[in-house]
Amino acid sequence: MALNQQPTMHILELQNLKKYFATQKAVDDISFGIEKGSIFGMLGPNGAGKTTLLRMITGIFYPDSGTILFDGKKFDPLNDSKGIGYMPEERGLYKKMKIGEQAVYLARLKGMSQQDATLKVKEWFVKLGMQSWWNKNVEDLSKGMQQKLQFVTTVVHEPQLIILDEPFSGLDPVNANLIKDEIFALAKKGCTIIFSTHRMEQVEEICDHIVLINKGQKILDGTVKQVKQDFKENIYRVGATVRPEQLMTFEFEVVKHQPDQLEIRLLHDATPNDVLKFFINQGIAISSFNEKLPSLNEIFIKQVEGTANARQFQNIQ
Amino acid sequence: MNKTGLIISREYFTRVKKKSFLLTTILVPIVIIGFYVGIIAVAISGGSDTTKVAVIDEAQLLNDSSAAQNKGLVLSFIKNETEKSFTPKYKAQKYDAFLYISNFNLDSSAKFTVHSQSSLSLGTSKALEDMVNNAIENKRLVARGIDPAVYKKVSGNASIENTIDSEEGKSKKGSAGVAYAVSFICGILIYMMMIIYGTQVMRGVMEEKTNRIAEVIVSSVKPFQLMLGKIVGIGLVGLTQFAIWIILMGVLQGIIPLIFPDFMNAATQNTAAMENSGMMGTVLQGLSSLPIAKIVFLFLFYFLGGYLTYASLFAAIGSVVSEDQQEAQQLVFPVLMPIILGFVMLTNTINNPNSGMAVFGSLFPLTSPIVMMGRITYDIPVWQIAVSMLLLIGCFLLFTWLTAKIYRTGILMYGKKPSWKEMMKWAFRKA
Repeated sequence: MALNQQPTMHILELQNLKKYFATQKAVDDISFGIEKGSIFGMLGPNGAGKTTLLRMITGIFYPDSGTILFDGKKFDPLNDSKGIGYMPEERGLYKKMKIGEQAVYLARLKGMSQQDATLKVKEWFVKLGMQSWWNKNVEDLSKGMQQKLQFVTTVVHEPQLIILDEPFSGLDPVNANLIKDEIFALAKKGCTIIFSTHRMEQVEEICDHIVLINKGQKILDGTVKQVKQDFKENIYRVGATVRPEQLMTFEFEVVKHQPDQLEIRLLHDATPNDVLKFFINQGIAISSFNEKLPSLNEIFIKQVEGTANARQFQNIQ
Repeated sequence: MNKTGLIISREYFTRVKKKSFLLTTILVPIVIIGFYVGIIAVAISGGSDTTKVAVIDEAQLLNDSSAAQNKGLVLSFIKNETEKSFTPKYKAQKYDAFLYISNFNLDSSAKFTVHSQSSLSLGTSKALEDMVNNAIENKRLVARGIDPAVYKKVSGNASIENTIDSEEGKSKKGSAGVAYAVSFICGILIYMMMIIYGTQVMRGVMEEKTNRIAEVIVSSVKPFQLMLGKIVGIGLVGLTQFAIWIILMGVLQGIIPLIFPDFMNAATQNTAAMENSGMMGTVLQGLSSLPIAKIVFLFLFYFLGGYLTYASLFAAIGSVVSEDQQEAQQLVFPVLMPIILGFVMLTNTINNPNSGMAVFGSLFPLTSPIVMMGRITYDIPVWQIAVSMLLLIGCFLLFTWLTAKIYRTGILMYGKKPSWKEMMKWAFRKA
């Protein structure tokens, strides 16, 4: 009994959040929780309300109604801001300020002392191979370098909750991997990471849990595995070379026929074992057999299909 | 250090460390001192040598050269020459100028010619004119049977000195010219500083908005802290500049005599001479008669009050426009209007410090920082100063409160510039 009542460890709990602007309902009654130590994907087409939601979580906006619980207590933007690191989609740095100075300044605004901030910034610079940049101006950096600097300023004060809006844009594969490894390392240490992006392959690779937001409302919520299971269409890939006339059956239909691979959809109550039995009985040699789960991309396009935002989403694919 | 303090120190030090700040801060006093030195140099060269004047006196007006003494003129009377024949010769005979007095009717006004290679200094031509007129006066007196010596005795020689009876009961000698200059300089300084530092606030806000750093910072501090930090930081830059100017001018004035001792000796002798003649004395006396402490206090108060009031408006403008300079111009114009109006009222106020317009202008908080400077050297009724200060403080608080709400929304808005109606809605909404 006691076990059932054990609260799930949510670093962040959103309850019925609403934020209406004059022209639109930017966030319209959204609730979800984010588990401590997870990497949480917040997805949605442009204009879905993600940025507004993130701004409420970072304390930049006040919700019109609803509550935000941070670490079990009511969110207090003034005191809790030091526990949050926010990297907005549009990067922001002072162009004419020295890099080291700037990183230290931003860390101190989060409440660190001068010495701590300097020490930590130096540590991170070493970790990401940026030591030699300390006295450069931001305007002398390439876009990717600025991105790394922005990442450092987001995480240097060791926040419990890190919010990254499109953290990999502008990074080459080597640096993207560098940052990705740091994200995993931070999650391992117990940081919670909210990850907002359009790049679905990155979500599948990195995130444990996702929500999909469209037109200010939550339309999907679950682990990546769960969501994929929920949207599977009983499609299997069979590695085999067959002639079409060999596939006369009521147990499945062929979706796609390639020289050495079939994609089939199970019909009625047929199970994978029934299908395998069919192939074996026909004497067809099978080199591989596995279920084809839908990609997040496919799921999301389907979910936002028909809305004005859907097209933007497809273009990104 | 709290977060607002951190922001203030960043805004302050990034500006003070800039080369352009150092340059303007150091160059301005050097230019002013250079100007001052130049004036002294001119005064010295003008006073050190005499002007040799050749005179052909056909009217027998000037009997001897005694009239020319003490005025830097040395007269030589030329005989047996005409104006035409002597004009080409006077330069070769080392005369600086050549005065030709033709025969004229003693009872009508006359016009004479003085020839010179380069134009004569104001002092020299004034001396020549005085000398000729004196001689004419004497001749006319004699023609009417009056002894010039008697005339001198009976002509009035009283002077009227303006004594100001201030409320503290001390009587001071005032000088309208010095008061005028002090008022005007203070007014212009406040006018310039309000515009220069106000636009700096606006540019700073625009920079943060277009760089998108605003979003990063307001996730750490309240937007109001960011706005306040910027305004206070830049205001401190302005005060620093004033302080450096005052110190530099003091230092330079101390240093110049060490570097050019001869030059300064000549200058002080000359100043002493001028003091005797009254001009420098009036300036010094006028300055010392002014209530310096009161002027400095009022100047600093109105500089800060005016700057703070307008800076919040400039910050709000910076927050609602994006990169487009033209958009900013449109919004800046209505804010500049009262500043310019104040400047226009200033000149009027200095001439007429107790007129209805002057009183209104120095009470109305949008113009008072400038207009009050026009009255600063006069005795202003205490109630007027009190009301003016209270209104200015009240206006500053009201504007900051309203503009902070525009700023908070504007700094995170991108795309279309909001309309006046929308901005008013932001400013007056609750919370």
